[in-house]
Amino acid sequence: MSEAVINVENVSFSWPGQSAPTLQMDAFKVERQDQVFIAGPSGSGKSTLLALIGGIVVPQRGTIAILGTELHSISASARDQFRVDHIGFIFQQFNLIPYLSILDNVLLPCQFSRYRRQRALAQGTTLRSAAESLLRSLDLAPALWSRPVTQLSIGQQQRVAAARALIGQPEIIVADEPTSALDADRQQRFLDLMQRECEQACSTLLFVSHDQRLASRFSHRLALNELNHAAHLEDQV
Amino acid sequence: MSMLIRLAARSAWNRRFTLGLILLAIALSTTLLLGIERIRHDVRESFSQSVSGTDLVVGARTSSVQLMLYAIFHIGGATNNIGWDSAQKLAHNPAVAWTIPLSLGDSHRGFPVLATNGDYFTHFHYGDKQPLRFTAGQPFHNVFQTVLGADVAHQLHYKIGDKITLSHGSGDAHLTEHADKPFVISGILANTGTPVDRTVHIGLDAMEAIHLDWEGGAPIKGLMIPSEMVKKFDLTPKTVTAVLVGLKNRASVFALQRDIADDKDDPQMAVLPGVALDELWQVVGIGEKVLLAVSGMVVVVGLAGLVSSILASLGERRRELAILRSVGAHPIDIFFLLALEGFVVMLVGVLLGIVLLNVVILLLGPFLTSEFGITLHPALPTKEELLLLLWTVIGGLMASLLPGLRAYRLSLSDGLTPKV
Repeated sequence: MSEAVINVENVSFSWPGQSAPTLQMDAFKVERQDQVFIAGPSGSGKSTLLALIGGIVVPQRGTIAILGTELHSISASARDQFRVDHIGFIFQQFNLIPYLSILDNVLLPCQFSRYRRQRALAQGTTLRSAAESLLRSLDLAPALWSRPVTQLSIGQQQRVAAARALIGQPEIIVADEPTSALDADRQQRFLDLMQRECEQACSTLLFVSHDQRLASRFSHRLALNELNHAAHLEDQV
Repeated sequence: MSMLIRLAARSAWNRRFTLGLILLAIALSTTLLLGIERIRHDVRESFSQSVSGTDLVVGARTSSVQLMLYAIFHIGGATNNIGWDSAQKLAHNPAVAWTIPLSLGDSHRGFPVLATNGDYFTHFHYGDKQPLRFTAGQPFHNVFQTVLGADVAHQLHYKIGDKITLSHGSGDAHLTEHADKPFVISGILANTGTPVDRTVHIGLDAMEAIHLDWEGGAPIKGLMIPSEMVKKFDLTPKTVTAVLVGLKNRASVFALQRDIADDKDDPQMAVLPGVALDELWQVVGIGEKVLLAVSGMVVVVGLAGLVSSILASLGERRRELAILRSVGAHPIDIFFLLALEGFVVMLVGVLLGIVLLNVVILLLGPFLTSEFGITLHPALPTKEELLLLLWTVIGGLMASLLPGLRAYRLSLSDGLTPKV
């Protein structure tokens, strides 16, 4: 049987200071190495779901199990560690820390996680070479590496962010609208690279987007505003 | 931990312009705080060191503060004098090592004129038992010679051999001049940082001489005694304003003080300069407290600047902090990043302030001395100043916890997508 990487059950969550729950979900399951497209229009509780999966917050009711670990059962500090060990995040844009070099940006998770560092070292002889090979396979030429990250195009920045999410082969990659700042042509290319790299790393990909045109590329598709019973309650941002 | 410190350093370097401005603000506050503190200290020091080695100050009965004011600081006038015979009796007292008779009342262009004798230049000490020194010339030997304090000579551009005339009374307004009897400058004293610098010294006999043809504070009409003739008169003073007394043995100070107070012939009093100076400082020391309050406020303003600019930059940094959160940074790490930055900026700012103060002192020191009579020396902070700075840094640390705390809260409530 295939093991559930993400298992959400009967979850209800409201942010502090809010009376009505932002997210209410009966069941949501993602299998290992699955590549899931989550259609998440604004107001569907997308950010909240990502915060819950990342273990930034815990639900008031119900359980979220990641890789068999129930997040509410471990301490906040352990959740922070768990997140960096097992999940790579890519955001919509401004993913990179402007004062760090491209390589340092990519290697950030290895700084916070020994687990990721060891897995990265298993890939290359040094952390640096592991990062470099990832950058190469994401079509980032060595000529770019010495540039300040602020001088990269948005597409290049997103690929650096992807390399950071992928380094050390975390079991789960969460991509939060990573292509919405790219034009259609580059969206396709970025997605190609992402899907290929996730397959290679045996990572589960959670791809959140409001762009239905990309949905066809995924076998597993979910609509968050249907999953989340509380979706209509959240304010349109 | 070391990784976080590296991160903090690079983040700070990335915002070096803004942080540089904060650094400058803190450095300036520190400079101001230390500068005020040092001036405060120096004022107090020079005040308490205005006389040294003198065991008793003797004058007509009045308050001890009043006696110190005119005998040492040459401010105000004596309401009563003591007789010359009393001064002589004191000088011949077996317990007494030396006396300096002082007579006040005249002035020269706002500077008080002090009539005394040659003993003044040998026995008067200030500061840490330092004697008076001449930068030029020598004590007065003839009647119409004068010795100027450093400030008098400097401000009025006098040199040895110049002639000056004295005015009757003190102040600036329409004083009658002793124009018929000019004085020749025979000596100029070195800077002491005490009231001596602002004093014109003449002999007691000269004081008598310029008032020979005076009566009741005005020249006697029709009587003019030219300078050459004064030696024909008895120039022994009838009274003096005060007498400074040095004892052979300090232990006898209270006995002598009592004897002087009990004198039936001439009502007089003797005060211990140290005690009287302390009393006087209680009066003028309010200014000192005001200065301290001002410097305290300067620091508070500097810290407020630090906190507000870090808080303001927090908005821009929320994204950065969210990224760090996504790669595993704990909220406490975020807190540490901000608190560390605040603390280091504070520390460096304070150190910079110390350097800046010394540079300012080096550059402006001579100007301060000549214009305001404040003598400052470049120096490492004293123990008290270090304590003050320590409190400043602690205050800065506390202040930088504030933005840290806010960042901590934000990183908890923002999740991974800051709502900005």
